Parts: sequence; C-alpha cells; structure tokens
Amino acid sequence: MTVTAWTAAQVARKVIDNKELFILDVRNADAFEDWKIEGHQFEYLNIPYFELLDGVEEILPKIPTDKDVLVVCAKEGSSIMVAEMLSEAGLSVGYLEGGMKSWSMYLEPIKVGDLQDGGELYQFVRLGKGCLSYMAISGGEAAIIDAVRFTEVFTKFAEEKGVEIKHVFDTHLHADHISGGRHIAAQTGATYYLPPKDAEEVVFEYAPLTDGLTVQLGASQIEVGALYSPGHTIGSTSFVIDGKYLLTGDILFIDSIGRPDLAGLAEDWVGDLRETLYSRYRTLAEDLIVLPAHFMIIEELNEDGTVAKRLGELFAENHGLNVEDEEVFRSMVTDNLPPQPNAYQEIRHVNMGKITPDHDEQTEMEIGPNRCAVR
Amino acid sequence: MNITQTLDAKGLACPMPIVRTKKAIDTINSGEVLEVLVTDKGALNDFTAWAKAGGHTILEQKEEAGVLYFYIQKA
Repeated sequence: MTVTAWTAAQVARKVIDNKELFILDVRNADAFEDWKIEGHQFEYLNIPYFELLDGVEEILPKIPTDKDVLVVCAKEGSSIMVAEMLSEAGLSVGYLEGGMKSWSMYLEPIKVGDLQDGGELYQFVRLGKGCLSYMAISGGEAAIIDAVRFTEVFTKFAEEKGVEIKHVFDTHLHADHISGGRHIAAQTGATYYLPPKDAEEVVFEYAPLTDGLTVQLGASQIEVGALYSPGHTIGSTSFVIDGKYLLTGDILFIDSIGRPDLAGLAEDWVGDLRETLYSRYRTLAEDLIVLPAHFMIIEELNEDGTVAKRLGELFAENHGLNVEDEEVFRSMVTDNLPPQPNAYQEIRHVNMGKITPDHDEQTEMEIGPNRCAVR
Repeated sequence: MNITQTLDAKGLACPMPIVRTKKAIDTINSGEVLEVLVTDKGALNDFTAWAKAGGHTILEQKEEAGVLYFYIQKA
C-alpha cells in the first residue's frame, strides 16, 4: 500500500479542525513523554523505531485501519523506514515530513478579530511549541508582537496583506524561543522595541518599550498601548490593542500564569508577579480579550484554533488568579516548578545578541515544549 | 577493552546508525565489544535506549572532534 508524506501544515489542520488522527511515534519513550503532537482527538502509540528493526508484525493489531495513521520521528528518517515497513505489510500510512523539527517550526496564522476602521488582528499559532505571535494591521501599516524566529512568515504575510511593518515589539526577553523581532525590524526598516529592564545585557540598538508608550497604525485611531506588567521578567510589558484586546505576553495564560524564575530571580520577582496579576490587571476592563504569548495544553485552544479568552472569565476560572493567600501564591510560583525550557540560558543569550547560532543549532535549542507557566 | 569489531557510521542519518549497529552486533558473540563511530547527534539518546532495550551494555561513550564513540558489549 501507499506511503504519503504529510506536511506540518496538514497535521495542523487536523488539530484545528478537531479531526481524528492515529499517531505512531517512533522516537524514544523519553522524547515522547517530554513532547509530542497534541490534538483534541489524537490517539497515540509510542514504539521506538529500533524495536521494529526485525519487523512490524507485532504492532499491526494495534494500528487502526479506519482512520488516518501518521508515523512520526525526530527528523523523518526513521518514520519513513517504519512507514515503508507498514506499507509492505498492507497498510496505507503517512509520515511527517521533517519530523518533530518541522512540527516545532510550523506557524498557522488565524484571524482573532476585526479592529475599528477595517483593521484586523491575527494570531500566529506555533502548535508544536505553543508560541503565539501577533500582527495588528490597519491603514496599510502593521505592528508585530512577540514574533518567533521565522521572519519570512511575517514579512510574507504583511506583503500579502499589502501592509508595511512599522513597529515590532517583544513583550519581554524570551527564554523559551528565539525572537525574530529585531531581524524583522532590520529587514523592513521598522522600529524594534524591547523593555529596557530586560535589555541591560543586549548588544544591539533598540527602542525602549516603557509603560504608557503608544503607537498608532496608519491614519486610523487604532492604538497599541504598553502597560508595564513585571513578574515573568522584570521588564515584562503587556499591550492593549484598540481598547479591546489585552496581550499579556508570558504573564498570564488561559489556564496558567507565568513563572518568575527563568532569569534566575524567582524570589525577587514573585512580588511583581503578584502585583501585576492581583492589582494592575484588576483595574482593567473585564471585557478585554486576553491574548497570551503561549499556550501549554491543547485544551487552551478555542474551536477556531485561536487562544483567547475574556479577562473576566480568567479572573473567575484561572487558578493562578485565585490564590487568596500571598504565601501560598509565593510557594506555588517558586517551589516545585516544572523543568525549565530546553537550552533556556542559551536562548536568552541569542535573544540578547550575544551569540549567533546557525539555523540547525537554533532548531536544536528550541526542541521541546515551552514551559513558561506554572499551574 | 578488547574491541572485536569497529563500525564506521559517520555521516549517516537516523535510522541508519542504529540499523547498521544492530546488524553488526548480530555478527559478534555475547560478551564481545563493538565500537561504533557516529556523527548524528540524535544518536546519543537512541543508542542508550536501544542498548537498554536489547540488554546490551554501553561500556564507554565519548565525543572527540564532533564524532561520538560508543563501546557496546553484546548481551
């Protein structure tokens, strides 16, 4: 039977459209435990490829014939081998082109909503890594927030929309993924903004992103306004777009809150985190739609694939916003934290401009989930 | 350490280093040692897990000038 090559984009469709898929993941048990392709209706079987070298007969009864079957590995080589073995045994299966590496890199742009005067706001969902980037467009101009490193996805999108990228922001110095922000700015002539308190060690020029800074897009009244909201990092800054959307960066997620320890200063920053979540955000309108820079679990995706929820609902439902006792909160976000993201120190140095790894090294650094939250 | 056989799997991408290693280990006797040279960094975890699954012992592993060396004693 046939072996079909699937692109990461096709797999992303299965996730977003809530479709069924059977994934035969042939990586190590450790790698699978740590990080896999998450889908609402996905089933999994994890058998390392090296246990199948003598044949696939033993696993045939476990593989369904009434739904799509996708074989997945780290880069693709082993998945092709196993897919061909299954094919020879009479099954029709697919393999993921480029493996988990390509899954980690894929971005799906989804429209979040309309802004006034014909403007639009897009969320770029990086399903494999849980990163969320944003582009607000209006009056022929665009602002980008928390761009991941695949700069051409953003520049091409802006080109298709016929808009000029004018402002590029990072809400904070990222530790889990490599920012594309300053490279997009360099390519397009846009201004790159970074919170100065996160930028003490950076080796490039940037515009300071400080509390109260606003930019306007085109001739319209659409405003992108900065709100200082420290806690995940000391410089972490949120944005209110068009009085309607609250971009929270890594401070507040749908089902969790930001962790304060990735720059090594959990004890110092926990108070800031508390202040931001329990005081500053409380003064904002509950009808604001929260748009975070990450999601951690597939349940955080809405039906249309976006990651967005009313602030009022988060106040009611998000556990991290409902810890009355300050001491309990303090211990929750400083003790028993989940493992740190892969290569997070190196990633911070890349984002400071201190080291410049090549494409393959960057891919390697970003392998695995983002782990920026505490639940 | 007495090396019975050496397998040069440099430049090969996954899954070939493990495929070749398995074939090579099938040709030596229990207790004998196979030396494997690999450049694919992904092999690091795979060799450990593969050896464990088969009951083989990795006596030593090292990296020199971008090449990984594994010394595997057959179960």
